[in-house]
Amino acid sequence: MKQILTIILILGLSLPLFAAGENGPSNEVPDVETIVNKANIVAYYQGKDGKAKVKMTVTNKQDQKRRHEFNILRKDTEDGGDQKYFVYFLRPPDVRKMVYMVHKKADPDKDDNRWLYMPAFDLVKRIAAGDKRTSFVGSDFLYEDVSGRSLKEDTHELIETADKFFVVKNIPKKPDTVEFSYYNVSIDRKTYVPMKMEFYDKENKLYRVIESAKVEMIQKFPTVVKSVVSDLKTGSKTEMEFADVKYDIGLKDIFQERYLRRPPREVTR
Amino acid sequence: MTRFRIIITLAALWMVTDATLPAETAASEEKTDNSIFSKLPPIEIHGFYDSRTGYRTRNDKYEKDMSIMEDRLQLDLSSYPEWGDLKVKGDVIGDWVTERGDFDLREANIFLRPNDFLDLKVGRQVLTWGTGDLIFINDLFPKDWQSFFIGRDNEYLKAPSDALKASLFGDWANLDIVYTPRFDPDRHIDGTRLSYWNSNLARLAGEDAVIHTDKPNSWFRDSEFAARLYKNINNYEFALYGYRGYWKSPSGQNDSMSQAIFPDLNVYGASVRGAIGKGIGNLEFGYYESADDLTGKNPLIDNSQMRYLVGYTQEIAKDFTAGVQYYLEQMQDFSQYKSNLISGPARDRDRHLITLRLTKLLMNQNLRCSLFTYYSPSDKDVHIRPNINYKLNDNTALEIGGNIFFGDYSNTFFGQFQNNTNVYAGMRYSF
Repeated sequence: MKQILTIILILGLSLPLFAAGENGPSNEVPDVETIVNKANIVAYYQGKDGKAKVKMTVTNKQDQKRRHEFNILRKDTEDGGDQKYFVYFLRPPDVRKMVYMVHKKADPDKDDNRWLYMPAFDLVKRIAAGDKRTSFVGSDFLYEDVSGRSLKEDTHELIETADKFFVVKNIPKKPDTVEFSYYNVSIDRKTYVPMKMEFYDKENKLYRVIESAKVEMIQKFPTVVKSVVSDLKTGSKTEMEFADVKYDIGLKDIFQERYLRRPPREVTR
Repeated sequence: MTRFRIIITLAALWMVTDATLPAETAASEEKTDNSIFSKLPPIEIHGFYDSRTGYRTRNDKYEKDMSIMEDRLQLDLSSYPEWGDLKVKGDVIGDWVTERGDFDLREANIFLRPNDFLDLKVGRQVLTWGTGDLIFINDLFPKDWQSFFIGRDNEYLKAPSDALKASLFGDWANLDIVYTPRFDPDRHIDGTRLSYWNSNLARLAGEDAVIHTDKPNSWFRDSEFAARLYKNINNYEFALYGYRGYWKSPSGQNDSMSQAIFPDLNVYGASVRGAIGKGIGNLEFGYYESADDLTGKNPLIDNSQMRYLVGYTQEIAKDFTAGVQYYLEQMQDFSQYKSNLISGPARDRDRHLITLRLTKLLMNQNLRCSLFTYYSPSDKDVHIRPNINYKLNDNTALEIGGNIFFGDYSNTFFGQFQNNTNVYAGMRYSF
């Protein structure tokens, strides 16, 4: 009896250790909150800061293409918490040198602060906190896909544990603020990278899929370098490719008006 | 002529500064080729070609029916050597209304960031600050009202300044100082493209009575100073402003009433902008001190004013934004003005103005429908600016729009432009 108790105690203590181990054997299944928290960190909070060159191609049903290019920089206030984003546009030509800046709040009850700099006017414009489920610069990605949806917005349920993936079902706490009824995320058991997100509409029909098409290890961080979103209703598709990804670049506080008006070289190059 | 001089000066500056650089990098790698061009960093070339046509919808006996017809090629050249940014941006214009070719140098400047607490920008540049949306109180940089009303792109409302801008950054606050060595007035309404109320003639006028001005025009003596002290506290942006210069558009006449003048003006103001509820609110005011007529007794010079603005913008539906503003312009020493008035209908003491902006994005944000309306309940006049812009592809945009004016009286700010009501269509190819 005493022996059994000891075994249970040891197992019980070592379980969280296994779950926390980065590439440890993942036969044990952590609880769903641990899974979504880790996946959130992996998807949006790698390193203290980071930068990437992004090429985004929107292809509509008629096969017409629109290409955007921008440099994106991020700095975390704290892991899983507030963040700051700086987006410097290079293409198309009519938005060249425009800057979009966000001070993102992790608390869903607080609104993000957003700015836009328009170089032709030398104008620093404050943008009203918008619906986060609005298209990001006309693509099939939404603002929330780019900067992350707060974990507090949904309830999470582990619905499947396959060989390679955990599948988590996410149900919004405020269903009338979003266009989906729920979405499933397939999370890689080893890396915790969200590999696929499937959104179901109010009739429970699959209508939108985001896939991590290519993942690379960059500075020990598993990184999605190609992401594709397909809108099954409109037949439109957007591909986002990330190049020159760097983490922990020691980014100083560039997230202020001075650098909106004239960004530092590390942003524009 | 001055424009040409500026280009030449800038080109010379470019070469001189480049040649006097500490030559480490250039010298070590370029031993064989010592020509000046090999040391120039690469130049990025961008720009657009813009063509637009517009007509008056009402008969205007003082102006042409054609309100705008022009082709414009903008070239935007920039280069980024290690020590700073160089930029030259200019428009070559074929104007079929004036039947003239023209060149408008929009920017020609050098930007330097010598250390952590200082930015410098020297040369021709577009400058903007303040919180208003198409209403300016503490932004006393030159505007191009003519472009604004005949249907050019909104970016042309901002005319360039030939100035030095120094920006100082500190923990306590930040300070911008703009020194303009020679007064840069607005590109104001003068009768050449738009008919207007002429108070001397007490009627509408246009090409028949083009306004002649006596502009403060000497370098360093007729200069302007503008400053802004600002700080962001919890994402509420606070600012204090000061300006010493001249009324930017004609605001008086010489004694013989033969020329319009730009009297001395000092402005002191403040603003705050930040999130309120789901939207962005802004508050701004400024005291316009008409320094050549402090008592308000001189009927030939505009009186001092208080100007107030309050605004709010919010996204009211997906990709649909609404913004409202209330603006008040209050004449000081109104009794002096009334008792000294020479002729014509008297202005009201208070001018109230309400604006409404509606912007809706459609078709994957490639179609932008916007409507901006100014309405003055005191002047009883309206200015409506509808605009539809469609991005055909990454390079090409098509646009139609209008500038609509209504008013009960011919002497109010927007009412005087009634016969200039116009519609326009345009195409822009950007590269």
